[in-house]
Amino acid sequence: MNIANSIHRAQFDRVSLEFKTPKGRLRVVEDVSYEINDGDFIAVIGPSGCGKTTMMSMLAGFQKPTTGKVLFDGQPVKGPGPERGVIFQEYGVFPWLTVKENIAFGLKLKANHVPLAERDQICEHYLMLMGLADFANSYPKHLSGGMRQRLAIARAYAVKPQFLLMDEPFGALDAQTRANMQNLLLKVLAAEGKTVMLITHSVEEAIYLSSRIVVVTARPARIKQIIDVPFGYPRDETLQERPEFGELRSHIRELVMSEYRAQQAQLRPASFSE
Amino acid sequence: MDGSVARRFLLGLAPWAGAVLLWYGVRWSGFVNPSLIPAPHRVAAKFVELLLHEGLLFDVYASTRRVFLGVVLGILVAVPVGFLLGWYRSARTFADPMINFFRALPPIALIPLVIVYFGVDEAAKLVILFYASFFAGVIVMYEGVSQITPLYIRVAQTLGAGEFEIFRKVIIPLTVPHILTALRVALGVAWATLVASELIAAQRGLGALIQNASTYFLLDVIYVGIICIGCVALIMDMILRRISARLLVWQERAVG
Ligand SMILES: Nc1ncnc2c1ncn2[C@@H]1O[C@H](COP(=O)(O)OP(=O)(O)OP(=O)(O)O)[C@@H](O)[C@H]1O
Ligand SMILES: [Mg+2]
Repeated sequence: MNIANSIHRAQFDRVSLEFKTPKGRLRVVEDVSYEINDGDFIAVIGPSGCGKTTMMSMLAGFQKPTTGKVLFDGQPVKGPGPERGVIFQEYGVFPWLTVKENIAFGLKLKANHVPLAERDQICEHYLMLMGLADFANSYPKHLSGGMRQRLAIARAYAVKPQFLLMDEPFGALDAQTRANMQNLLLKVLAAEGKTVMLITHSVEEAIYLSSRIVVVTARPARIKQIIDVPFGYPRDETLQERPEFGELRSHIRELVMSEYRAQQAQLRPASFSE
Repeated sequence: MDGSVARRFLLGLAPWAGAVLLWYGVRWSGFVNPSLIPAPHRVAAKFVELLLHEGLLFDVYASTRRVFLGVVLGILVAVPVGFLLGWYRSARTFADPMINFFRALPPIALIPLVIVYFGVDEAAKLVILFYASFFAGVIVMYEGVSQITPLYIRVAQTLGAGEFEIFRKVIIPLTVPHILTALRVALGVAWATLVASELIAAQRGLGALIQNASTYFLLDVIYVGIICIGCVALIMDMILRRISARLLVWQERAVG
């Protein structure tokens, strides 16, 4: 084993983050530590507003921790970069570009070195995969929410980042499309060997896709439990019928529910507490 | 011509027809001394007369040229300045009071100073129009630019865009709508300021026409001048709206 292998691909090291708000400091992430190694698929799950997106955006390079360190390839994260692809919770499809131009956006950037001849082919490929071929020349204003989400996924996949940060990437999709997208992601991973950090609200999705699940608490996000998912890859949908899957699901659901209740208790207005 | 085009044309015409009717109505109602309100047909006759014998077209040209140049120069400066103010929050807190101070000054109040510093030639009139366009444009620009969300820039960064690529491929497309709005607002303000700018010893121009007519109490000429200003301003705005619609097909509109 050489030294390079002992460095984690990404690492949260006693990370806390506070936002300064007009009402004072808001602690959003508290003392979070975990590592992500090459080929890992980390799912992060926790109640809404607890700080998941904030946690991810530190690794993406958009927020700096107040204390602690966020490392990528052993170096503190300084800013965003193409080796860390991000699928944003708000999609961020470019409204002034057509569907096809959105997918081509990354391919045309100098940093990605995609030869002119291949760009079109890559675009067509993802248009087909994401079921957007009929809308190749439409502007995003003509797309449904789910289609925009698929477009954001296509745009991120097209530049083939080694590390993918996905913030509820399938949240706006119907059950069938969602299952499709999950299977597609598993296929892409098998073919391209990516490392993934995925934020989700779906316990099933977390178990089905990931190798490790980080359950976080209500705000401020602390680590409640890190669970190794005991299933190998490749996976298919029959996995979800296995009894172990069901047991794990109940266990995680219980963890998530208890945090959800904690959050509700926090939110309850003072007048109700008496 | 198909039915829907014809209908839209008629719909567009209706309020004008209504305005003319109202004009006649007020005149005939007896509430106002009819000698103070020239009849629409007399104004129309005056229009033809001025057009054929007094070179009205040259007045239209002179004014349009002034407005056009004033707006173009004003916006050329307002775009970069407004952009910087919108982009750098600190620049804004620093320049905001200044801009609002100067913006509040009515151009007409500046005329004596402009005459002192720029004389009474074409340049002086342009300075007034430039002033008005610049301050109208700069506010629209910086309000617009400061509302650009960082999301798209972040997306571009995670896809690997460098600084220059972000500027060219993200910031410019996001700024174009604000430039067009600034142009439209500046154009409106410049037309509104035209008469004031032509107070400075102008021989020709629609503002000069109106002022000369007011000296001799030629109400019909005043009406012709006012209507011409409105019409040219309307046409320029329509052209600009066409261009905007072309450039901004991607924008979501409340009404298609
Ligand atoms: N830039 C900011 N300034 C101040 N507060 C912020 C900022 N960004 C997020 N917050 C606050 O931090 C908390 C966590 O936000 P975050 O977006 O990380 O939640 P989340 O876990 O991703 O929620 P969801 O599941 O609903 O997406 C929220 O209470 C939010 O109001
Ligand atoms: Mg979030």
